[in-house]
Amino acid sequence: MKLLGRLGWDALPLDQPIPMIASATVAAAILAVLAWVVIRGRFPYLWREWLTSVDHKRIGVMYTLLAMVMLLRGFSDALMMRSQQAIALHSQGYMPPEHYDQVFSAHGTIMIFFVAMPFLIGLMNFVLPLQLGVRDVAFPTLNSVSFWLTATGALLVNLSLGIGEFARTGWLPYPPLSELKYSPGVGVDYYLWSLQISGIGTLLTGINFTTTILKLRAPGMTYLRMPMFCWTSLASSLLIIAAFPILTATLAMLILDRYLGFHFFTNEAGGNVMMFVNLIWAWGHPEVYILILPAFGIFSEVVSTFSGKPLFGYRSMVIATMAICVLSFMVWLHHFFTMGAGADVNAVFGVMSMIIAVPTGVKVFNWLFTMYGGRIRFETPILWAIGFMVTFVIGGMTGVLLAAPPADFVLHNSLFLVAHFHNVIIGGVLFGAFAGYEYWFPKAFGFRLHRGLGKAAFWCWFVGFYLAFTPLYVLGLEGMTRRMQHYDVPAWRPWLLVAAVGAAVILAGIVCQIAELAVSIARRETLRDVTGDPWDGRTLEWSTASPPPAFNFAILPKVRGRDAYWAAKHGAQEQQAPSSEPAYEALETPRNSATGFVCAFFATLMGFALIWHIWWLALAGLAGAWATFVVFAWRDRVENLISAADVATIDRENRRARLEPLAARTS
Amino acid sequence: MSAYAIDSDRIGEEALESPSAARSAGGPASKRVYVGYGFWIFILSDMVMFSAFFAAYAVLAEARAGGPGGRQLFDLTNVAWETGCLLVSSFACGMASLAAASRNALWFQVAMAVTFVLGAAFLGLELSEFAGLTAQGDGPQRSAFLSAFFTLVGCHGLHITAGLLWLLTMMAQVVAKGFRADILRRILCFTLFWHALDIIWVAIFTVVYLMEKTP
Amino acid sequence: MTTLNPERARPAESNGGSAGGSRRYVALLAVATRAAACPLALLGGCRGVLDPQGPVGAGEKLILLDAVAIMLVIVVPVIVATLAFAWWFRASNARARYLPDWSFSGRIELIIWSIPALVIMFLGGLAWVSSHDLDPAKPLPAGAARPLQVEVVSLDWKWLFIYPDLGIASVNQLVVPAGAPLHLRLTSGSVMTAFFVPQLGSMIYTMNGMVTQLNLQADHPGSYPGLASQFSGDGFAGMHFETRAVAPAAFAAWAADAKSSGPVLDASAYVALSRQSQDVAPFTYRAAPQGLFEQIAMRELPPGPGPLGGGSSPKSEKAP
Repeated sequence: MKLLGRLGWDALPLDQPIPMIASATVAAAILAVLAWVVIRGRFPYLWREWLTSVDHKRIGVMYTLLAMVMLLRGFSDALMMRSQQAIALHSQGYMPPEHYDQVFSAHGTIMIFFVAMPFLIGLMNFVLPLQLGVRDVAFPTLNSVSFWLTATGALLVNLSLGIGEFARTGWLPYPPLSELKYSPGVGVDYYLWSLQISGIGTLLTGINFTTTILKLRAPGMTYLRMPMFCWTSLASSLLIIAAFPILTATLAMLILDRYLGFHFFTNEAGGNVMMFVNLIWAWGHPEVYILILPAFGIFSEVVSTFSGKPLFGYRSMVIATMAICVLSFMVWLHHFFTMGAGADVNAVFGVMSMIIAVPTGVKVFNWLFTMYGGRIRFETPILWAIGFMVTFVIGGMTGVLLAAPPADFVLHNSLFLVAHFHNVIIGGVLFGAFAGYEYWFPKAFGFRLHRGLGKAAFWCWFVGFYLAFTPLYVLGLEGMTRRMQHYDVPAWRPWLLVAAVGAAVILAGIVCQIAELAVSIARRETLRDVTGDPWDGRTLEWSTASPPPAFNFAILPKVRGRDAYWAAKHGAQEQQAPSSEPAYEALETPRNSATGFVCAFFATLMGFALIWHIWWLALAGLAGAWATFVVFAWRDRVENLISAADVATIDRENRRARLEPLAARTS
Repeated sequence: MSAYAIDSDRIGEEALESPSAARSAGGPASKRVYVGYGFWIFILSDMVMFSAFFAAYAVLAEARAGGPGGRQLFDLTNVAWETGCLLVSSFACGMASLAAASRNALWFQVAMAVTFVLGAAFLGLELSEFAGLTAQGDGPQRSAFLSAFFTLVGCHGLHITAGLLWLLTMMAQVVAKGFRADILRRILCFTLFWHALDIIWVAIFTVVYLMEKTP
Repeated sequence: MTTLNPERARPAESNGGSAGGSRRYVALLAVATRAAACPLALLGGCRGVLDPQGPVGAGEKLILLDAVAIMLVIVVPVIVATLAFAWWFRASNARARYLPDWSFSGRIELIIWSIPALVIMFLGGLAWVSSHDLDPAKPLPAGAARPLQVEVVSLDWKWLFIYPDLGIASVNQLVVPAGAPLHLRLTSGSVMTAFFVPQLGSMIYTMNGMVTQLNLQADHPGSYPGLASQFSGDGFAGMHFETRAVAPAAFAAWAADAKSSGPVLDASAYVALSRQSQDVAPFTYRAAPQGLFEQIAMRELPPGPGPLGGGSSPKSEKAP
């Protein structure tokens, strides 16, 4: 047995310039950042305040940052696909199939698992405890473990760029194509292990958030007083708990097939491909709602805040959210109507899928009537929300269309389908994530994002989206199927050129977003939010300072109704007096822990070793991860004490910042 | 205004006195409550994973590729011993949690040791069954049915292995740290885990072994 | 090379598109202009699913258009209302009434639950009925003629069509009599993929170890592009075939011609064919034994050997 398993010098793609240059650039950039950090002596700060932090706010920020960096990677893949297809009429374009196939597989995998998921989980992490009026999530150290395991998955996927290859099977590795016989390389193994490791992180996050929402809420925060984002996060977390174990089991079966010669999905010895397709979509469809529900929550908060009104039809929204949560488990078969299951089965699942459109439609109407009678301030977040409402109903319409089995028989797997799910994932999930990013950024960092560049980014994304995906709808109707490395129908070419232009416009949007962040950091003093409530907010996160202190709230807020902070704020204004200063007490915050980081280090070793069949290293990684937890279990001090005096000092500043505008308004 | 009539949680309404408000008026739950709660949720998610393996087993039960089925392969005597070991170990585990509740370190260690021995015996029996099947050419590579069987039962076995490792660290933690609050919470979680594995075993025993052996 | 096949350039030519050579880009521009001016006209000429040439495709197109029309009735007003509300209730509009506490109206709630519910009930009924009408396994009304039986095998990366009643087979070319129903039984000799002729309708998966069924009909003589529509590996993009519907007499002539030339498709020829290859030019087998399709579907013949070519992968021996 070789010491390094399958790993050898031939794993480096020295003959392929694109991945070689890309990975070399990325590696150089990472080294440069690390060098800068070490030379400037910032590593202790980074380690103490971020890498080992168990503060939900810090972890949320790191999740979001991970998602944004991965967005750049996933979007580069998108640009490559659009340009390849713009060129590849009657020709091979500039990417051979074995490269193109990796690009679209990596694009899908990265965008779903390492952009959409961490972006929304990051926002949930940051916002949930603040909105619930508590000091942290239920299991802070576990939260850090979750994040670092997700980062491990992202790292492994990106390692495949320079060492070996990524899967050439699409973002869902349908067997038998993904079996050892048809994919003998390491690509599918990279996919499997990065998703298994990050999947554990996601599952732990789901458990953590569910426990937090159900068991940790401020006094008086009943279920029907929770902000809508908490409700949708709850629904999303419940779906994670119920769906992700199915993914783990399904990928484990594929792993056993590939590593130990089992026959779950092979073409031999009774293996059953249809079982994989059923199982993967039993996870895959709820996954769609895991992503979109938190985005719905963000839009609810944003539309209500910037309209200056409570959310219209709150109870309807709660019912709709939970209905979607339950229904999402009953529709998975609509992803493969063309399997030939028979008319009755197809019809039942078609109708069930359409039924989901009812609660979703109700939500759209509720946002509409939240705007009705409002006083809408067109800040950047609500632009994303309005852009979403317009775009999402179109995506919903094409979704219902695809839910009709006869229509699906001619549109399945076509670019029409690709256009549909980008319509809901970009127009829904990503717009939601960006709205949340713009909305909560001042809370996280204490200064706003640059308004002009933010709006420019929105318009580029919005226009670019329609330019890039409307042609794909048309191409789907013309019979162009997805994942084609080349084609020979000249009439498709003009549409693909328009789509490529659309991708370029989206690129301009991303450039605007990077500029927005850079300019805002440079001008942070002029953009500073001293009040802690820059948007005239309604929920509890706006009642604390920006950025919030480590303990979030000096005194846990007493909740007396929905939109708790709005009520308190206006109560104080009407009585022309703020509440009197509370009696501060000492409080405890969870102590930092390197458990997550160290554990993820070992998980990375283990994952890499398993991909390359380096068995001794895999065992060592597993043992290391286990030892890390034992060491964690042994520690004696788990919390830091913050004295009453310190709490008072920090909180008085926040109170003073709020008294000034109150005094100005009441006088 | 009908809105106010049916919706007492609207802003500005003094609704702390309503029954639903009273339940959560106290704020965050105690750590012991939510740690146990979170672990229950983990167990539920684990059950979901097992149900995927159960589903795979049910789908592939007839996919024998000309190979043997459960009726030819399974030895119910062995399975009865396994079941006995596991059920008694669960009883011992219950004793351990009672001992922990009364802060009796000696009885805790004794009960945990008994749990460990019985769990290890279960694992030994299972491994010998697996080794026997593989040796006679009926390993998991033989057919899709056997793949599903080894995976479902083996996944439970892996859980038992992890549980045994956890059990040893719990014994060590009690020796090193005593019955501290956080250690008591972990003991609670461990006992939940161990009992849950029993429940899963009962399902495996029924679906895999009994239903296969009885006509 | 299929990429240079003049047959495939024809759709665009008949559409006033590419004339080839240096004028291609000018022609493309013309297509683009027309596309902007009249997308539906272009679609109609583009051999897509909006230009069906058989009863199945026509039925599916009808469902597609009906469903879109029904939904547009609700989608367009929602989009207009979104933009209108956002504009009218802008903070700077002093004429708009501000209702800072308005957040519930039983009447509106009733309406906003009923509108989507009614639409979905209607669409659901449509989906239910049409799912049964257009079930791929449901035989088409045959009239006098018995449907032509075709057995379809997807391989890496080409299509094998076996005509069991005629005892012949063809690769990457499906020749059928126009106006007569077809009954296809499909399986895969390697990985999973899907059979799709956009202008005839209804795609269906092909899976090893499984037989799916599909009933289609081409109403008029013509050439309709067919393709693999489920990604199946590196040669996927080139895995298409031509469906040629011909007059019954011409079909008989083609069958007779095929019977008189070409190789024989026995088990060893099948194994050779199942090795990976791309852009295979169409050809015919003069004889195909009965039961070959079942042997492939039931895994009695070995599945395609994959990229490493041999019977099983040497890599699997590395696993512990």
